[in-house]
Amino acid sequence: MTTPKPTKVILAKLGLDGHDRGIKVIAKALEKAGMDVVYMGMRVTPEQVVDRAQREDADVIGISLLSGAHKPLMTRLMKVVDEREMRGETLILLGGTVPDGDREALAEIGVDGVFPVGSSLRDIEAFIRERLSDGAQS
Amino acid sequence: MTLYDKQAARKAKEAELAWEHDELRRTLERAPESQERFLTVSGREIDRVYTPADAPDLDYAADIGFPGAYPFTRGVYPTMYRARQWTRRQIAGFGTAKSTNERYKYLLAHGQTGLSTDFDHPTLTGYDSLHPLSEGEVGRLGVAIDTARDMSDLFDGIPIDKVSISLTINHPAIALLSFLLAHAEKVGVPWETLRGTVQNDSLKEFHGQKTFALPPRGAYRMTMDVVEFCTRNVPNWNTISISGYHTREAGSTAGQEVGFTLAQGMAYVEGGLQRGLSPDEFGPRLSFFFGVHMDFFEEVAKLRAARRLWARIMKERYGATDPRAMLCRFHSQTLGSTLIREGALNNLIRGTTQAMAAVLGGTQSLHVSGYDEAHDIPSEDAMRMSLNTQRIIGNETGVANTIDPLGGSFFIEKLTNEIEEEALAYIRTIEDMGGGERVLAGMFAAIENGYIEREISQAAFDYQERIEEHAYKVLGLNEHEEDSVPPPELYEHDDDEEERQIARLEAVIHERDTARTETALEALRQAARGNENTMPFILDAARADATEGEIMGALRDVFGDHEDPGIF
Repeated sequence: MTTPKPTKVILAKLGLDGHDRGIKVIAKALEKAGMDVVYMGMRVTPEQVVDRAQREDADVIGISLLSGAHKPLMTRLMKVVDEREMRGETLILLGGTVPDGDREALAEIGVDGVFPVGSSLRDIEAFIRERLSDGAQS
Repeated sequence: MTLYDKQAARKAKEAELAWEHDELRRTLERAPESQERFLTVSGREIDRVYTPADAPDLDYAADIGFPGAYPFTRGVYPTMYRARQWTRRQIAGFGTAKSTNERYKYLLAHGQTGLSTDFDHPTLTGYDSLHPLSEGEVGRLGVAIDTARDMSDLFDGIPIDKVSISLTINHPAIALLSFLLAHAEKVGVPWETLRGTVQNDSLKEFHGQKTFALPPRGAYRMTMDVVEFCTRNVPNWNTISISGYHTREAGSTAGQEVGFTLAQGMAYVEGGLQRGLSPDEFGPRLSFFFGVHMDFFEEVAKLRAARRLWARIMKERYGATDPRAMLCRFHSQTLGSTLIREGALNNLIRGTTQAMAAVLGGTQSLHVSGYDEAHDIPSEDAMRMSLNTQRIIGNETGVANTIDPLGGSFFIEKLTNEIEEEALAYIRTIEDMGGGERVLAGMFAAIENGYIEREISQAAFDYQERIEEHAYKVLGLNEHEEDSVPPPELYEHDDDEEERQIARLEAVIHERDTARTETALEALRQAARGNENTMPFILDAARADATEGEIMGALRDVFGDHEDPGIF
């Protein structure tokens, strides 16, 4: 039996948005929970995020947006994810100021989980573990 | 002379010990307290009760004094709100300049006494509305300003020589202030009559707000170019609003907020001295900006500590002799991050509490964040309530009748001492990173080695952990979940504003004398490569309708780009 590889998480902020408190707290929490976390910083492009995730065989991509530009930017990200045929392979999560009314549209384009401002760190961690173990079983 | 007679303080301590042994012990045996430790929002442990023995060395004249007199612990003016209440300055900005201009007129008609401008992300980071990175963010979280003509639209019909204006912008501050000065020329308002503030705090952008446009040293030079130019040409303008608000929003403690912010201030003072300015010349035009969190007494003490420490630094370290150069005058804003989505009307109570702390802490101007801001940028109704909060505190509660009413409280004086010491310890750490001679070198080192970001990020994490563990209860967040009913009348974002702004920009580019613009931009590049003050060149570019993105682009050509290191 080999030691299981720790869950690899790529975190990034897209666009010009500078609100990075939440994503840094999440990075710390997931690292503390034993995951292997890369935080790429702000003003990263969807291509850069997906490249990194592909190169490092990431289990999770986590995007933070508090700029209100989540719809166009997540649409662009998902387009790159689809081009690389990574849909279903990598869990795509979004956190930030996301109105409830936008959740359905985000789910439709393939965002697996949305965690608005005020979400619990424990819930995010549990969601990742649950979804990854579901994936492993299927 | 110490505030409390030594013998009296000793007696108080003895009495306290006796009380602990007697009444307190018996009570605790019957019923223990609800928590083992009582912590402030910043994680500072708070005692059960405070007595003169907690600040035995406090000297009334040296440490507290009188309002308007060194060390200004009690307030920056001798009469404070008895002469004039604080300026009610609600920030506003969204969509195009025309839309924000309408909001300004609404606010002025509803009791606002000063204007403050919130810019969108592309403007804050020095990109035009046409730039690919700007997609989806034009006019979204603030107003989009691309050229001096947009600035004219923003202040159309507003008497800029009478209403004070605050421009909340940092790395591109030099460009946006040039747009405003160009507008003043157009409407015939002399620069000397302009009163207002440009945030222009370039150093904090690397750990708070994070809307940087240039690398640290280039951005710092632009900040100092504004200070130097305005000291000589726009004498009533506040050249930097040294900001702790964003540091606090990034998750810092109260002590870090004061420590890092004053360290930024010291770096700017040292830059002014390097340029041959006297602290008495430019010191009076430096102002501050703090956030106000929920922990009422800690916030009041924080503001008192900042005022006292800054006065001591300016006088003792930098040799200021004009008392006005020692004043930590500040704007405050109730913290947006304390607003909760669930049960949005509860935020009115949060805003009121924080605003009250700002007033008891002696603020010069105030923004109360809108109760609906956890949902979107504030609606008109939310801004009206924020103004009403300020009016009710100012006119109905009587708190403005006397100055620093909490001064002399055993608890407040002890907290003030503690926060001052904590802030000073951060300043010394930063100074040591630069070799220990100047804070400026230390600030660059502390930015480049990630020290400040890591400290803040750790504090943000510790706070979040206390929320997760329910050690700090926040209604609607980790206690008594309410229905997620959005507040009435949310601001409705108009998606067409982005297109309108882009069309406006294209029209300006089409109409202008492009050869003149290009010449101005090339002259700016030349100046930036050398040691000249760049502001006259940026003003020329502004008059030639150069766009903000072109001006900042010319500076990027010389200073390079900055990449976020992704520290956590």
